[in-house]
Amino acid sequence: MASQSPTPGTERARLATAGARAVTLDSLSNQPKSDVWKGNIFLALLLLAVTLALAGLAAIIIQAAVEGAPAFSTKLLTNGPSTVNPEEAGFRPALVGTLYLILGVILLVVPLGVSAAVYLEEYADGTKWWNRTIELNVQNLAGVPSIIYGILGLAFIVRGPLDLGFILAAGSLTLALLVLPTVILASREAIRAVPPSIREGSLALGATQWQTIRRQVLPAAIPGVVTGVILAISRAIGETAPLLLVGAATFVTFNPTFLGDNGYTALPVLIFNYASRPQDEFRILAAAGVIVMLIVLLAMNAFAVWLRNRYEQQW
Amino acid sequence: MHSDGPNDERGLSQQIAVTREPEQAGEDIWAKDKVFEVNDVTVSYGKKPAVRDVTMDIVRNEVTALIGPSGCGKSTLLRCLNRMNDLIPSASVEGEILYHGQDLYGHKVDPVQVRKMIGMVFQKPNPFPKSVYDNIAFGPKVLGMKDIDERVEKALHGAALWDEVKDRLDDNAYGMSGGQQQRLCIARTMAVEPEVILMDEPCSALDPISTGKIEDLMAELKEQFSIVIVTHNMQQAARVSDKTAFLIVELDATDENRWGQLVEYDETGKIFTNPQDSRTEDYVTGKVG
Repeated sequence: MASQSPTPGTERARLATAGARAVTLDSLSNQPKSDVWKGNIFLALLLLAVTLALAGLAAIIIQAAVEGAPAFSTKLLTNGPSTVNPEEAGFRPALVGTLYLILGVILLVVPLGVSAAVYLEEYADGTKWWNRTIELNVQNLAGVPSIIYGILGLAFIVRGPLDLGFILAAGSLTLALLVLPTVILASREAIRAVPPSIREGSLALGATQWQTIRRQVLPAAIPGVVTGVILAISRAIGETAPLLLVGAATFVTFNPTFLGDNGYTALPVLIFNYASRPQDEFRILAAAGVIVMLIVLLAMNAFAVWLRNRYEQQW
Repeated sequence: MHSDGPNDERGLSQQIAVTREPEQAGEDIWAKDKVFEVNDVTVSYGKKPAVRDVTMDIVRNEVTALIGPSGCGKSTLLRCLNRMNDLIPSASVEGEILYHGQDLYGHKVDPVQVRKMIGMVFQKPNPFPKSVYDNIAFGPKVLGMKDIDERVEKALHGAALWDEVKDRLDDNAYGMSGGQQQRLCIARTMAVEPEVILMDEPCSALDPISTGKIEDLMAELKEQFSIVIVTHNMQQAARVSDKTAFLIVELDATDENRWGQLVEYDETGKIFTNPQDSRTEDYVTGKVG
């Protein structure tokens, strides 16, 4: 009999073990329901926020693509604008104008921005009040509304001291002033990312400060600087307000040049002009123009991302 | 740069004299060529002294070790010897550091020229993000030296690295092991042919095998260079150095201010077997850390 049923002692042991297991399992699995709910709701809110942000972007792109589809053809790139013949109208002068503007901005902003960043990072004594003032104001300038730069450009570049007139170069200068603070900040970030040990290593060999900056710090910072410049430029491409003030006329049927004084235009300015016309054909053109601009921007940003991944230095 | 430190406050520290008794050593160990004469040097960051009243001579073609607990100012002292402390705006040096009799902090002295003659190897290997070749060629190039290729090869041989890297001179230095990177940094320093090499805990980031290689290297290097090494590792100081300086952290009465102080400076063997100061003895025997 004892061999067929467990002895009372082993039975008790089995019960005790089973009980202990159940208690352990319980304490491991029995998370309060309210905690589970709170966690899920929080996650849902986060997902909603992400979805809304992406949905807004997607809606704009899809809307522009659908609406602009009928106007999609190479005419967009090759033809000039027309008020009478929307089927034949395109963006060529505006596209050329935008490319010229960007070129001018790059030529102005890279040497100025990088030099300023090198000064602030490598030479400026941060304990001096004037250097701190400069730093603070560069950061503030990055947040100044673009229309104010437009007025500045009108008063000092188009008229006033520089007196260039309403030419494309004036537009480039104005946009360059607009993005300069951003370029300075991005370049400083890139320069600061070069570890001090690299500078010390170079200086300890008897290199001068300038040799150290020129041959160690700047080469190591270039990928970051270029990325920052491209991102700043893509902001400049989209700017309309300051350009309107410094002479970007909306209707220019010929290719603009840097110094030509018979007017110039840019993509966003022409899009704005088309969109504000009552006829459907022009609204379609405006949508197609948005797509053209987005493609230009995406191409630039993709290049910036590629550049950063390709050359980014792991220290 | 004349010392006019707070003489009246020194009290105890003034009584600490560096042991210099030639008759005990049998021959005058200090009579050799002096590279540095450090006289009553106090280094401060802002108003706080990091190391105070250090007086010691550093002899040519020897390895001189600076040991002591964390915060005793040994790295600070080392970085004064090639004016790397100039890079820290708040750092100031009082007293006198003579390099072959010339005041290193004299008015006409250019820190860049000082660093050409007094090279430095840092705690963490800091190769440039360039190829092995360019890492070494950089120094000679900026100093306008000729025969860059030969210099690179000679420096790599000198740092016992040539056989390991001769087939990958164009590879990025960041692909090397930590020990190789540190020897590359030593080779880089040797390539500009300084007279003195300062080493700031050069092995603290390395494994024992790499450390051993660098220690062997130092024994060879001292034929050609004078070496000053800061180390946390007392065994290392005992193995590689000819003379050892022991520094401690002093606290003032309020326990708020602390600074480094040179306790004893002598031949390495003496410091480790027969120290004159009980604090040195406690430290080297491991009674206090």
